[in-house]
Formats: sequence, C-alpha cells, structure tokens
Amino acid sequence: MSQLNQALLLSANLLKTLSSIVLVGLILSCSSQQPIPSCGENPNTLYAKLGSQAGIEKIVDGLIQAIGRDQQIFHYFREANVSHFRAGLIQHFCDIANGPCRYQGDSMQQIHTGMNISEGDFNRLVELLIEVLEQLDYDIPIQNQLIARLAPLRSQVIKI
Amino acid sequence: MKRISLLFVFFIWLVPVGYAKGKILATPGVSTFEGSAGGGLVPWAQLAGYDSEDEYSTTGFCTRAGLKDFDLSVCGVQLGLYDRIEMSAAKQSLGVQPLGLAIEQDIWGIKTRLYGDIIYSKWPQVSFGVQHKRLQDRAVAASLGVSQFSANDYYISASKLHLAAASGYHLFWNLTLRRTAAIETGFLGFSSDAQWQPEVSAAAFLNHEFAIGMEYRTKPDELAIGESHWRDLFIAWFPNKQVNVTFAYLDFKQVAAIPQQNGWYLSLSGSF
Ligand code: HEM
Ligand code: HEM
Repeated sequence: MSQLNQALLLSANLLKTLSSIVLVGLILSCSSQQPIPSCGENPNTLYAKLGSQAGIEKIVDGLIQAIGRDQQIFHYFREANVSHFRAGLIQHFCDIANGPCRYQGDSMQQIHTGMNISEGDFNRLVELLIEVLEQLDYDIPIQNQLIARLAPLRSQVIKI
Repeated sequence: MKRISLLFVFFIWLVPVGYAKGKILATPGVSTFEGSAGGGLVPWAQLAGYDSEDEYSTTGFCTRAGLKDFDLSVCGVQLGLYDRIEMSAAKQSLGVQPLGLAIEQDIWGIKTRLYGDIIYSKWPQVSFGVQHKRLQDRAVAASLGVSQFSANDYYISASKLHLAAASGYHLFWNLTLRRTAAIETGFLGFSSDAQWQPEVSAAAFLNHEFAIGMEYRTKPDELAIGESHWRDLFIAWFPNKQVNVTFAYLDFKQVAAIPQQNGWYLSLSGSF
C-alpha cells in the first residue's frame, strides 16, 4: 500500500514538492532532544492522547512505583539508577508514541543484555503498565495502542 | 461425573499446585466442550493455563449447555507444561430428551505448540493436537448401524491476537483444520472414513477482562442424517488468572436429525 501511495506521490509533482516541505518542517521542529510543546502538537498522535509530556511522566512514575512494589521483577531493577531509568523511559515512550522526542539512550539490546529476562517477567511488566494505565483512567483503545507499540520490542529485550 | 472428579483430584495430587501466571490475562482462551483449550466449540492454538516457558499449570472446568431437545454436561481437567504441551481429559454427558437417556463420552487430548506466540510472534501461533474419543454409551450409535465407538480427531490450529487492531481494540482469530470421522462429535460413534473440516473463531476484547466473539464449526455428515454445522456467539469474562466464566448462545440448527437446536451455554473454569 505504502509503495502505491509513494508511486502516486511521485507521479504528482506538485504533491511531491508540498510533501517534502511538510516533511522537512516536521524534521526541523521535532529533532530536538528536549520536548518542545509547540512542536507538531498533532492531537491525533498517541503522544497527545496519553496527555503529552505530563501524561507520560505520570505513567512512568506510576510504573516505577509499581515495579518497586513488585516481588516478581523488582530484582532486575535493584542496581538500576532510578532517575536515569525514568528519564530514558519517558523519552522512549514519548518517541514510540510519535511525540516530539527521539530516544537517545542505548539500544534495547544494549540495555537489557545480561538481564536474561524471561517471557513471564516481560509479561509481568506489561501487566504492571496496564494496571498503571487503568489507575490513570486511560480509555482502553489508548492503553491498547501503547501496548501494541511495545510488544514488537519483546525480542530485543528478553533472553539476552 | 464421579469419575472425572476423582481424576481431577488425582491431577491436583500428582502436580503440586503450580502458580502459573506468566501469560497475559485471557490469552489462554477458555475450555472447549471437548476439553482442549479454545473457544467453546473450536480448539485454538493456545494452550490451557497461564504457564509460560518455565511454569506448569492445572485447570479444571465444567460446562452446561441446553438445547431444545438436548442438554450437555462436561467436566474436565487440563495440565499445561511450559507453554509447550497441553494434556486434557473430559467427560461428556449428552442428555437426549426424546429418548429419555444420556450418552457419555470420554475425551483424552494432547496438544503441542509448534510455533509462535499469539501476541508476540510475527506469524500466528500454530499448534497440533489429538483428541482421543471413547464413546461409553454405544446403544444409540449401534442402533443406527454404526460399529466404531472410538477414534482420534487430529487438528492443526493457527491463532493470532492483533493488538489495538480495530479502533484501538484487540482482535483475535483462530483457524482450525480437523481430521475427524466423528458423527455428532462422537456421540453417535465414528464412521470409517475421516474428513478435513475447517473451524473458525473470531473475537474482540472490550477491555482487559471481557471478550466477545463467534465460532463456526463445520461437521461431516457421514450418516446422511443432515448433520449441521455448529455456531455460537460468546462472551467470556476473565476477572483474574484463576477464574473464567463464559456464556454463549448456541445455534446448532439440527442435531441427530432433530431441527431447531439452539440454546445456551455456560462454562466455569479455575486455573492454578
Ligand atoms: C540502589 C537501589 C535502591 C535503594 C538503596 C533503594 C532504597 C529504598 C528505600 C530505603 C526505600 C524506602 C522504604 C520505605 O519507605 O519503607 C525505597 C522505597 C521504594 N523504592 Fe527504592 N531503592 C533502590 C532502588 C529502587 C528502584 C530501582 C526502584 C524502581 C525502579 C525503586 C522503587 C522504590 C519504590 C516504588 C519504593 C516505595 C515508595 C513508596 O512506598 O511510595 N527503588 N527504596
Ligand atoms: C518493550 C519493553 C521494554 C522497553 C521499551 C524498555 C525500555 C527501557 C528503557 C528505555 C530503559 C532506560 C534506558 C536508559 O537508562 O536510558 C530501560 C532500562 C531498564 N529496563 Fe527495560 N524496557 C522494556 C522491558 C523491560 C523488562 C521486561 C525488564 C525486566 C523485567 C526491563 C528491565 C530494565 C532494567 C532493569 C533497566 C535499567 C537498566 C539500568 O539502568 O541499569 N525492561 N528499559
């Protein structure tokens, strides 16, 4: 489908020029490390639906508290630097939710190598995230969309 | 029914109760009336219980279904090993009101996951299973000229959960191909030549605890008694990983040549 779209775009010169202008504009305004509220605040992004920066911070803080209370997976985090983890995860969530941030941290493989996270423990973190999203009263479709964007990363995180 | 409860106790005794919880809520599905994990009618590629790769699980279930002229009671147990193998045992009792009798059948099942994970793998999860069916009450089958009272159903199933696929809601589908010689799923015995029969299920998750869906199971008609394809609409509730309640509306059309067989279905299960 996207190839078809591209072909259509390419054949229409006007559209092509227009779209590259828009694209460059987006890249320019969104490549910054720090979230800029004015940057492409498209209300249709998952980022916006999650409540932008403040919403994502609440989610990550809730998740950190839930991890701290969880018998099953807390041990992975025993040695972690909480503020570094918090900042990295906020940026990562902002990125995958199409927010105005690009995750700058180490790759998923680099971070999780050596942890040997099991399938069940991965699912446990997913459950904790769902609990937090429920507590924060997000609608089910919004919760589901965030989960849907994290799920494909599993193979980069577990059993390494 | 007494024997099955004994069997259940035996299972529980054999396996020190596990504390399997490594799968995401609702992803094992529910128990079919033949004992394998699935929907109500169709065995799915998922395995019973919440065991993930390093856990095992035990599940027990009972199901009642009422059609116009029939009522079905089933109880069974499932043992799940490492999200790789599912073993099941079920005892069915089909009350046939026009004849004032009940037909019992035992089903021993084994299913193994060959590939994938319904959530995380790119391609669907695929499993292969066998249901060994033993008809206990043979008189009705024999009166129809049937002479085979036990047989195996073989099936291969593929299933996938598409996260946030429809306006943000999760969608699920399962496709099963079953090789079977069963007449009315075995209650009227087995014919001598087996057929491939497709069975499909689809469901949507309303939230984390409730799923609604439908199933369609085709059946052969070896006795030429106008055996119908069966279908249902179900709602399944997963309040937690220990309990499941499933309620369904059944439309079986015609059973043993008696028309207009629709009715209700209720299934309860407990997992450890
Ligand atoms: C060097 C590592 C850490 C040390 C020494 C440490 C120490 C502590 C201490 C002393 C408390 C207070 C206990 C209490 O109030 O009864 C606490 C609470 C807590 N910690 Fe940590 N912690 C560490 C790492 C972490 C990490 C990595 C997380 C989460 C990712 C975490 C999450 C929590 C949570 C959620 C609480 C409970 C806060 C609450 O009850 O509101 N901690 N920690
Ligand atoms: C798709 C799922 C996951 C994503 C997207 C993810 C992402 C991240 C990110 C962005 C960081 C912070 C990196 C940084 O400090 O810049 C991180 C750190 C960490 N993650 Fe994950 N993670 C996932 C799953 C898991 C799971 C399932 C576990 C364990 C059960 C886990 C354990 C950790 C630990 C312990 C750290 C802290 C490492 C350290 O600072 O020493 N992660 N993860």
